[in-house]
Amino acid sequence: MEFLTDLVLLSNSTLRVATPLLLAALAGLCSERAGIVDIGLEGKMLAAAFAAASAAAVTGSPWAGLLAGIMASVLLALIHGYVSINQRGNQIVSGMAINILVAGLAPTLANAWFSRGGQTPLLGNEARFTEITLPLADTLSSVPVIGDVYSNVLSGHSMLTYVAFASVPVVAWVLYKTRFGLRLRAVGENPEAVETAGISVVLLRYQAMIIAGILCGIAGSSLSTALGAGFIRDMSAGKGYLALAAMIFGRWKPVPTLLACLLFAFVDALQGRLQGVELPLIGEIPVQFTIMLPYILTVVILAGFAGKMDAPKASGIPYEKNR
Amino acid sequence: MKPAIETREISKRFGAVQANDQISLVVDKGSVHGIVGENGAGKSTLLKMLFGFYTPNSGDILVDGEHCRFSNPTDAMSAGIAMVHQHFMLVEPFTVLENIILGAEGAGLLKRACAEASVKIKKLEEEFGFNLPLDTPVSHLSVGERQRVEILKALYRGAETLILDEPTAVLTPQECDQLFALINVLKSQGKTVLFVTHKLHEIIAVTDAVTVIRGGKVITRMATSETTPDQLAEAMVGAKITRAVEAEDRGGAAQARLRLTNVCALSDMGHAALDSISFELYDGEVLGVAGVAGNGQTELLEVLSGMRRVTDGEVTISGKVTNTSDHMYDPIMLRDMGLAHIAEDRLKTGVVSSMTGRENAVLGYQRTNDFSKGGLLKLNAIADAADTYYETQDVRPRDPDLPLEALSGGNQQKLVIAREIARDPEIMVIGQPTRGVDIGAVTKIHDQIIALRNQGKALLVVSADLDELMVVSDRIAVMCDGKLAGIVPVDQADERTLGLMMAGDASTAEQQTQASV
Repeated sequence: MEFLTDLVLLSNSTLRVATPLLLAALAGLCSERAGIVDIGLEGKMLAAAFAAASAAAVTGSPWAGLLAGIMASVLLALIHGYVSINQRGNQIVSGMAINILVAGLAPTLANAWFSRGGQTPLLGNEARFTEITLPLADTLSSVPVIGDVYSNVLSGHSMLTYVAFASVPVVAWVLYKTRFGLRLRAVGENPEAVETAGISVVLLRYQAMIIAGILCGIAGSSLSTALGAGFIRDMSAGKGYLALAAMIFGRWKPVPTLLACLLFAFVDALQGRLQGVELPLIGEIPVQFTIMLPYILTVVILAGFAGKMDAPKASGIPYEKNR
Repeated sequence: MKPAIETREISKRFGAVQANDQISLVVDKGSVHGIVGENGAGKSTLLKMLFGFYTPNSGDILVDGEHCRFSNPTDAMSAGIAMVHQHFMLVEPFTVLENIILGAEGAGLLKRACAEASVKIKKLEEEFGFNLPLDTPVSHLSVGERQRVEILKALYRGAETLILDEPTAVLTPQECDQLFALINVLKSQGKTVLFVTHKLHEIIAVTDAVTVIRGGKVITRMATSETTPDQLAEAMVGAKITRAVEAEDRGGAAQARLRLTNVCALSDMGHAALDSISFELYDGEVLGVAGVAGNGQTELLEVLSGMRRVTDGEVTISGKVTNTSDHMYDPIMLRDMGLAHIAEDRLKTGVVSSMTGRENAVLGYQRTNDFSKGGLLKLNAIADAADTYYETQDVRPRDPDLPLEALSGGNQQKLVIAREIARDPEIMVIGQPTRGVDIGAVTKIHDQIIALRNQGKALLVVSADLDELMVVSDRIAVMCDGKLAGIVPVDQADERTLGLMMAGDASTAEQQTQASV
């Protein structure tokens, strides 16, 4: 019975942890499918987390926070777009520049505005996206298994978690069932073909950048206004890179990316549960090792399983019209 | 009737280069019109202006007698002009149908767009005799099929005039015949075709009229029925050229310079790329290797030049076993043995294009005592060698300090050839000797290959150009699907049988092999 309770708790925190990861991975997916490598997910997420926490702290509204987070992330995405699309710069360098810029700028601004050592003020519940209890969750909780799963695993998350999971089918639908999606996938494979078909590569890639910016903005906002209650220095903690890894492991496809995110999130949740737990035979694992788990998994997955084969062919290559 | 396309004295200048100089062209409606010219003659610039990629500096373009200004390909498309590019503008993972509708989808939802489009496409297919698998990804199609997808794509967009840019460069002779048949169908349905090539016999075969361009100017326009390949070649190059070079008798070489025994090798992807290849190459002989690209020729070159280890069998050069599954001579050891290699993919393995011509002139030989001592380069010796190479091969511009990327493909190739023959090699392995080289230089390269052969060297030449192999080779080996489909003495070879062997027609291959024994 205790095992079942553990499992329910573990599943619940898997979904929580997966929220920013999934949104960021989908952001990366939209960007890379359009042919722009998005290693700046980390920085965009952190910037959104900071902007959301600041706006929420000042206005007291999580919605204002979300809007600010999205705007910050979209702004950075557009800068990345300008470098990659108009100036045909190196996309990795541009992305890393964003990461480094935000890592320094966010705590500095936080310090200047709030004077709390690089953090934003702790947000009260009214300024956060709080847990939502799904309809009938309380009534159903007594039903074994199904009710348990419904009320203790699926219910009780913030709105942003539901947004994250809902965006998987939405992204998949747009990508595979709409004209826009066809063009987006085409521009990541062969931009010349798109250009000669009379579609603007530049416009299409900017649209992809904006979508990626919005998704990544929601991801960052969820860190500071839903999962947490305020901005802390380096609070994205490599989640942008994890998201990128999940997207690669998911072979640039929405549903496999979802599964990869759940795997990463599960390992992350597991390491949380393992801290301080006595395991049979091994004994207690030092916390430094448990924290490493998701990152070790990333290395193993990227080194062992991910192939370059499925990557969009034009990804990372600057497109020059007059070649 | 108004011409389908007419240009009146259109010019285009890039910086100091006058790419097109007052070109006047008349393409009759419902005709197949050929444009021929050397590489760099200005064909591509002209085409790009016709389909809206460039705008002319001066002059007019008239479509059906009406003045047009195209600022992008979409404008040209709406005037009914479509381009079939040499490098296909297709998205490989997409299906044929998706590729055709891309950019002209109609409905916002794909399901509806595809349903509507497939009705229209089926009708076009019937009209023009296509039979393409609409739901198959383009990556699964052959090159010839992909080209047909491009043509169908243009027709779907309502093209009245199709511009085909060097359409046969990537096709087997059989696929070429299919293309020519399709061009005739297009013509019979009232479409106009602008056919750009540098292969003169194709002009003779399919066009009604031909315009020759040289140095950015129109040299002549003729009805095809009133001209000959020789006349066209002369107009193209500006001086009478003789292509055939007298072959001398081979001195009876006793021992094979190069021997392959049941050689097998894997491709980068891990597939069997060479399947039990055996042949011999003697001194004073040119062995041509033909085949459709991707049938093992690249791997063969790599196996011979010490870049790819065989998985079975052995390679013997000058009596030494150089490549087996357990040991392989590396390129340096092979060079020391007198093997010179002119790489198929020049930019990848032949030169470093960002380095100067002088540095490239000794690349691969920089360790030799001539060019370095104790790890320090002998800069004077290198400069002298580079100057000599530039002089003997007439490399232009004559400035060895320029990075190699500033040189045209032909001039880069001349420098590579100079470098490789400077050491007086015993055996040369040459991949695509004239790829990206203009026609004047082509003849010179062919002459050099034959001169080396006459000096008693053993040469292996891999080329995608059958005409070229027919000119330089003594025997032609045909590769198909990693196997040797046969070796044919050149006096018994013709394009038809070679083409069949390239396409894997076993019975013909067998017949030919027997004939050559």
